[in-house]
Amino acid sequence: MSQSGAGVRNEGYPASMRDSIAKVEATRDQRLKEGPQKAMSPEQREQVLQEWHPDYKADKKRAVAVGPSKGERMPHEVVDLLEAYPVVDPRSINLASPDREVQVLILGGGGAASVAALFAHQEGIPTQDILMVSKLRHGDCNSIMAQGGIQAADRECDSPASHYIDVLGGGHYTNNPELVKALVNDGPLMIDWHEKLGALYDKVDGQYLEAHGGGTSRMRMHSAKDYTGMELMRVIRDEVRNVGIPVIEFAPAVELLLDEDGHAAGAVLTNLETDEYMVVKASATVLATGGFGRLHIQGFPTTNHYGATADGLIMAYRAGARVIDMDSVQYHPTGVAYPAAILGQLATEKLRNQGAEPVNAHGESFVYPLEPRDVESAAIIRECYGNNNGVSTPSGIRGVWLDTPMIDAIHGKGTLKKRLAAMWMMWHRHDIDITIEPALVFPTLHYQNGGVEIDADARTRIPGLFAGGEVAGGVHGKNRLMGNSLLDYNVFGRRAGISAAKWAKEHSAKTPTLKHIEAFCADLKSAGIKADRTAPIILPDYRREAVLERQLKTLA
Amino acid sequence: MSEEKLMQIFIMGKAYNVPAGITIMDAMEYAGYQFVRGAGCRSGFCGACGTVYRKEGDYRLEFALACQEMVEEGMHLTQLPFTPAPRSRYVLDDLDAGENVLLQHYPAIARCVSCNTCTKACPQDIEVMDYVQAALRGDLEKVSELSFDCIQCGLCSMRCPADIKHYHFAQMARRLYAVTQSPEPDHLQTRMSELAEGIHEAELDTLMKMNLEELKQRYAQRVIETEGEAS
Repeated sequence: MSQSGAGVRNEGYPASMRDSIAKVEATRDQRLKEGPQKAMSPEQREQVLQEWHPDYKADKKRAVAVGPSKGERMPHEVVDLLEAYPVVDPRSINLASPDREVQVLILGGGGAASVAALFAHQEGIPTQDILMVSKLRHGDCNSIMAQGGIQAADRECDSPASHYIDVLGGGHYTNNPELVKALVNDGPLMIDWHEKLGALYDKVDGQYLEAHGGGTSRMRMHSAKDYTGMELMRVIRDEVRNVGIPVIEFAPAVELLLDEDGHAAGAVLTNLETDEYMVVKASATVLATGGFGRLHIQGFPTTNHYGATADGLIMAYRAGARVIDMDSVQYHPTGVAYPAAILGQLATEKLRNQGAEPVNAHGESFVYPLEPRDVESAAIIRECYGNNNGVSTPSGIRGVWLDTPMIDAIHGKGTLKKRLAAMWMMWHRHDIDITIEPALVFPTLHYQNGGVEIDADARTRIPGLFAGGEVAGGVHGKNRLMGNSLLDYNVFGRRAGISAAKWAKEHSAKTPTLKHIEAFCADLKSAGIKADRTAPIILPDYRREAVLERQLKTLA
Repeated sequence: MSEEKLMQIFIMGKAYNVPAGITIMDAMEYAGYQFVRGAGCRSGFCGACGTVYRKEGDYRLEFALACQEMVEEGMHLTQLPFTPAPRSRYVLDDLDAGENVLLQHYPAIARCVSCNTCTKACPQDIEVMDYVQAALRGDLEKVSELSFDCIQCGLCSMRCPADIKHYHFAQMARRLYAVTQSPEPDHLQTRMSELAEGIHEAELDTLMKMNLEELKQRYAQRVIETEGEAS
């Protein structure tokens, strides 16, 4: 940050928002005394979702016209890419002499990819026979941005079954039960692995500081301040470096390869600096390419990293993998609504699990602070656009207050700054002290609930292709709970790495081909789809006015 | 945001007019740059977008994250690619947590001249020099505490006249501190043993066999734990 701090900066909240802040302050003591609103009944939840959640707007989706999930309805932004033509011309690539040959190729540079690499190695694959390839730097990913925590049912009053029912109810019972079982059973195992790697979880008197998340019945959220994702990612990445697993950065995959048996056989990469293609032949391939936040579904701003453009999803679909639950999108209830410079960035759910509650323009609480994310988001949208109780910013965006000073009022002065250091810093950079003043929030595009279909061993339908983390679907059904994405990438990254290693030891890929791409193009043509779009898009383009559009065209 | 007001900035020497009230990263995109390197999480957590700039009429070089710092009139900007720094490979379990362990792996720590340039360069406001001093004393706990918010952008190490690799040795210190001085709670091992014995399987299997109505009923019957309850 600038050391001098002079010049044109945001100077806290503008006068137009101060009246409302005064109302929030006026009701704070009473609200603290009365406690939060009651949680909604299942019927109330259903109603607010139907009426106000963006997923329930029928005109924002259409059925995909080609491929393994043909006929399923998904957001236009996703269908546009699933129905796009390839970036590479299959005939222009020399597949006969690959540039590299490895046993296990891991596509991605985030949490799931790193965990998969470590466990593939632990399963007996030498480091030089593993290759990680990443679009951005190793660790520039959503995993590193996760703030609030990771769920694991490790306390005596908790159980894998309690975790299981929370996950299923939160996901509207659409989750794959086998995947949920794997998720909850492996929770303690992964925490133990992190401990052995030297991750620093929050502890008080030697015990974990465990908290609730939206939709949990037991306090099982493990955290590392509000840098949980960063702490895990940097420790795991450090271990990948210690072990010496090769990583190629700025070399994303643009197409998967299949051999004549239809088995995964590696990938075509592109070097983002030289624009050259590189063919990597592999006996097993792990898809750990993350989600789709940067597609800005329905024009929403996003919490996601720069490379979250669904590349892996597109490649796997063309190669014959089914994608599931792609009709649902996670909007995090509390993205930043002011200042506009950081619009849509994440205000962690941990703010609410530590006591901050959503409050409307009149200083009234209107929702239980820890509903599952889709319900909480819908309730905030309703408050702003249904009940017209939102707060308007100078640029015309509406939001509600997250009454952050409640945290220190409940837990004692200094708690927020200690447990939520990243959040304090984010607003402090814009001259807002959230220990004194509330934060303005509105839902923001956060997570791809669905994805490539996998089984409990992280196998896709394509033999030799494994997937884990946000790119995969089925674990969370139609709505993920807080703290289950960090757990997901660990559990299924590990399973993908182990399964890939086992497969690679028993199978060698035959000559790779791109025949499936030619076939897919033929399907597109016969479905009457014009060749005016290509995918994967690799990086979003925010040049010129797109910068401002990204900030302003949303939410209205 | 006052998007109608434009201000002049300089990117690698060229003048551009950009709106006020946006970040350096957004300003560069507005000017026509598309990032390949130098952009990552865009939320201040990944350290990909360390940037240096100089303000009109100011002799000092300032340091920031391009995704977090607001653009200002007359700023001279340069995008920095991430500069790799050598790190010491180690086997965590084989490290001896004695007071010289950090010095053995990163001897440059001893060359610290206490100039505090590292601290001034830190976009996270970390007292970097203080944790270098703690490292010299072999105080792993202090290094861990002071360095915890480090996003490993590398600006400290890029500026250091002694070529200390702060963020790498701090990472090693935190991991070593965690495994030697912050033991895992007993209840985690208890649960691990229970899982190994399979004693939670039956309850899970029952749930997995339930139909939708039974699941909904079970979900509705959950008792939500309240704060302060004994575990």
